[in-house]
Amino acid sequence: MSAVVLQMLCVAGLLGSAVLAIVLSRSKIATAIIYSATLSASAIALIGSIHWLLGDTANAVDLTLPIGLPWLGSHFRLDPLASFFLVVVNLGGAVASLYGLGYGHHEAAPHRVLPFFPAFLAGMNLVVLADDAFSYLLCWEFMSLVSWALVMAHHREAGNAKAGYVYLVMASFGTLALLLAFGLLGGPAGDYGFAAIRAAPHTPYVATLVLILMLLGAGSKAGLVPLHVWLPLAHPAAPSHVSALMSGVMTKVAIYGFIRVVFDLLGQPLWPASVIVLFLGGVTAVMGILYAMMEKDLKRLLAYSTIENVGVIFASLGLALAFQASGLKLLAALAFTAALFHVLNHSFFKSLLFFGAGAVLTATGERDMDKLGGLIHRMPLTSFAVLVGCVAISALPPFNGFVSEWLMFQAVLQSPELSQWALKITVPAVGALLALAAALAAACFVKAYGVTFLGRPRGATAETAEEVDLYSLSAMFILAALCLLAGILPGLVIDSLSPITLQILGGRMPVQANEPWLSIAPIAESRSSYNGLLVMVFITISASLAVVFIHRFASRALRRSPAWGCGFSDPTPAAQYSGGSFAQPIRRVFGTLVFHARDHVEMPPPGDIKPARLRIELHDLIWERMYEPIAGAVGFSSDKLNRLQFLTIRRYLSLVFVTLVTLLLVLAIWS
Amino acid sequence: MSDILVQGVQMLLVLLLAPLLTGFVRKIKARLLRRQGASVIQPYRDLLRLLRKEVVLADNASWLFRVTPYVTFAAIWVAAALVPTFATGLLFNWTADLIAIVALLGSARFFLALAGMDVGTSFGGIGSSREVMIAALAEPAMLLFVFCIALVAGSTQLSTVANFIASSYVGLRVSLGMAMIALIMVALAENARIPVDNPATHLELTMVHEAMVLEYSGRHLAMIEFGASLKLLLYISLIACVFLPWKIAVFGTGPLSYAIGAVAYLVKLTTAGFFLALFETATAKMRVFRVPQFLGAALMLGLLGTLLLFVSKSF
Repeated sequence: MSAVVLQMLCVAGLLGSAVLAIVLSRSKIATAIIYSATLSASAIALIGSIHWLLGDTANAVDLTLPIGLPWLGSHFRLDPLASFFLVVVNLGGAVASLYGLGYGHHEAAPHRVLPFFPAFLAGMNLVVLADDAFSYLLCWEFMSLVSWALVMAHHREAGNAKAGYVYLVMASFGTLALLLAFGLLGGPAGDYGFAAIRAAPHTPYVATLVLILMLLGAGSKAGLVPLHVWLPLAHPAAPSHVSALMSGVMTKVAIYGFIRVVFDLLGQPLWPASVIVLFLGGVTAVMGILYAMMEKDLKRLLAYSTIENVGVIFASLGLALAFQASGLKLLAALAFTAALFHVLNHSFFKSLLFFGAGAVLTATGERDMDKLGGLIHRMPLTSFAVLVGCVAISALPPFNGFVSEWLMFQAVLQSPELSQWALKITVPAVGALLALAAALAAACFVKAYGVTFLGRPRGATAETAEEVDLYSLSAMFILAALCLLAGILPGLVIDSLSPITLQILGGRMPVQANEPWLSIAPIAESRSSYNGLLVMVFITISASLAVVFIHRFASRALRRSPAWGCGFSDPTPAAQYSGGSFAQPIRRVFGTLVFHARDHVEMPPPGDIKPARLRIELHDLIWERMYEPIAGAVGFSSDKLNRLQFLTIRRYLSLVFVTLVTLLLVLAIWS
Repeated sequence: MSDILVQGVQMLLVLLLAPLLTGFVRKIKARLLRRQGASVIQPYRDLLRLLRKEVVLADNASWLFRVTPYVTFAAIWVAAALVPTFATGLLFNWTADLIAIVALLGSARFFLALAGMDVGTSFGGIGSSREVMIAALAEPAMLLFVFCIALVAGSTQLSTVANFIASSYVGLRVSLGMAMIALIMVALAENARIPVDNPATHLELTMVHEAMVLEYSGRHLAMIEFGASLKLLLYISLIACVFLPWKIAVFGTGPLSYAIGAVAYLVKLTTAGFFLALFETATAKMRVFRVPQFLGAALMLGLLGTLLLFVSKSF
């Protein structure tokens, strides 16, 4: 059985589970059955795709099904790029299913989630496998609609209906852009198979237009600023394991779409395109993490941090485009590997963090960080796993997030090799933006973790929280272990990514398995090298040495007492630093410019016993300056056009007549 | 075998010298103020005293609070062991380049900031939030310094950089000068020195680092103070290694050059410590919301240096 058939069978299994979920409807065992089914299907697909990616990848395997457009059929194909993204999708799917086995039992209305969950997984698999424009768009739209249904699973909660609406509008807009992009690629002859598109020559004009359309289409799904507005609304609205899939995996499917079209189908891009991608990536990274820093809803914070990571990935892809346009294959492969590595890493730690947020939600019913706190005492295992996720996403060694950012910075440092001046200036500036984003990410996750898990409980529910079930915990610990493994054995990951860079760019990074001591050296050891394993071993040894030495020879006495706090013990837990107060210094430094942030202090006059109040004013300028005018214009014109609904039959007929005549005139003049 | 020995010497050397450097800076500052000042070995005595004392732990402190001093210390120690001091090309220099060293210090700070939030007092929170704000500005400036150096030396590996600058004639360069000023500014901020923070005060509203570690006591506090001294030593070693790799020994050149390298290193440390004390005595601490401008200047200097190198390799 060929590998692609196995993948398609798994997809069929997932679709079958969706049907089964409808049949089982509100039955009590449905949750266990459906998540077990999706777990096994995703696990098989995962093993299949890993096996194929590590094996003989020289020959891609095709499958044509006699459905879809009659003269085209539906083409599906497994090549290195697709198999890598299948690994990301199915790993996310398998772990989310495992998590769902436990988390799903807390679901108030499981029949709103269960049929759509397997269908969502199937949709993402199909997008990655599709090998013609028609199937691709169909699967893309299927994925969007099913995920919309999942966003609307808790449609009675405040704000979720708006989230669903905004998502639907933005998803339609994205699909429209993709439709136009594929229309341009297919050309007037209309051969929509990817093989035909790849073989056909594309003029620079068409190529640039397609790239911009892809940035709009795939970029809106991935969350590029300023098309990100739906993401922080929709991702947190879904149940947490679905949020994990949407943030950790679906954004990656969008990135897959971008890579497939821009790197694979378009062929050689023009260098100005890479400036756009680089700049958008850098701005997205900084804006995303600044939004996250200002957020006090835990799941929305994570969603905004997804935007940051998408920005990092797009910046790496932009670098790869720039190097490719200059004909530097090795360096293009380095930047591209950094992007793919970050795709993998982000799917690990973002899923982990959303699972953690889901566990907090299960235990306390709260997403508002300012009502949480002290959970490290009540939920020790969850808080350990989430800590690993926070360290990893903050790009700190020896975890995986650091390796991909390190590779990216190494690629940035190679920018003097580029031949265009505009790029030479852009790349270091974008590098500075990315460094800023990385540092802000660490600040943001100190805040997220510190306010949620540390300190004293700020609410009654946080005080009585209980550790979550074993399924959820095992899902989190699997991901935490993967974060560490990818961080200390990066050479293995880089080597297994080489078939993809060979396929897409025709070059690859040096074989890392040859480096001594499992080091990685992207270009040469004398230039730069990093060894995550040794760093971890060193830290462990020196920390243990210090502990043993001190406990042995110095003191091991310990006494518990009330907190010191310079003699002033805060009377209530509400006096602790909250999310908003933690973000205050950064809000003052960046927020006044980016969010027009103002702090208003309302101090009653002396003698008045009213409480003093601090009000923080923040503006989402992108929403206010860009989307509200558009929404206003649409509302205005629909109000005006509304009159057309109440005409007499004579007027309707004359309208039809006028339209017909106008169209015929246009046709007559055109031809 | 001798590789491991030299590397071990380096690890112990930084450990032994760090408190001495702190004591030396304090002594000079005291003398500049016409005070007698404590002996230069006072930091060792403080550390020993703290190590012997019992730990008074807040009631609701978690395991993270107890682990952090060791993690922080270990991360800084490993980072300090990776910066060439008296010799380049040590066994483990290839483990991590300059970017990784910056990130290791970032790990240390991440945990320390978390520990500041752990007990749930306002002091810890104010310290942590200001520390991460300073770090969010200092880290990009530091990375731009790394870019600038990497463009000149063609490497982010400190040994290679030091060898390149020591062996070939690099000469005076505008971009390197800018990078050095940027690095010094970052070093002042990262080590909580005047004008960004004041290491000598304990209760002042603009305090950052000291507020964050307020709840620590006993052996935990000793580890944190030791870590802070190590970090100061690390930054001075870094400045010396990149901008003044004078007489630094190349690996494998024998004990004599190691000895010369070690003496040169001590001279550099003394000079840097003296200038640090002089600068701190002559400057006033700035308001906490002036710090972004200070570090923004460092960032711009780094970026300017980098861009100048793009314009011409000879700047």
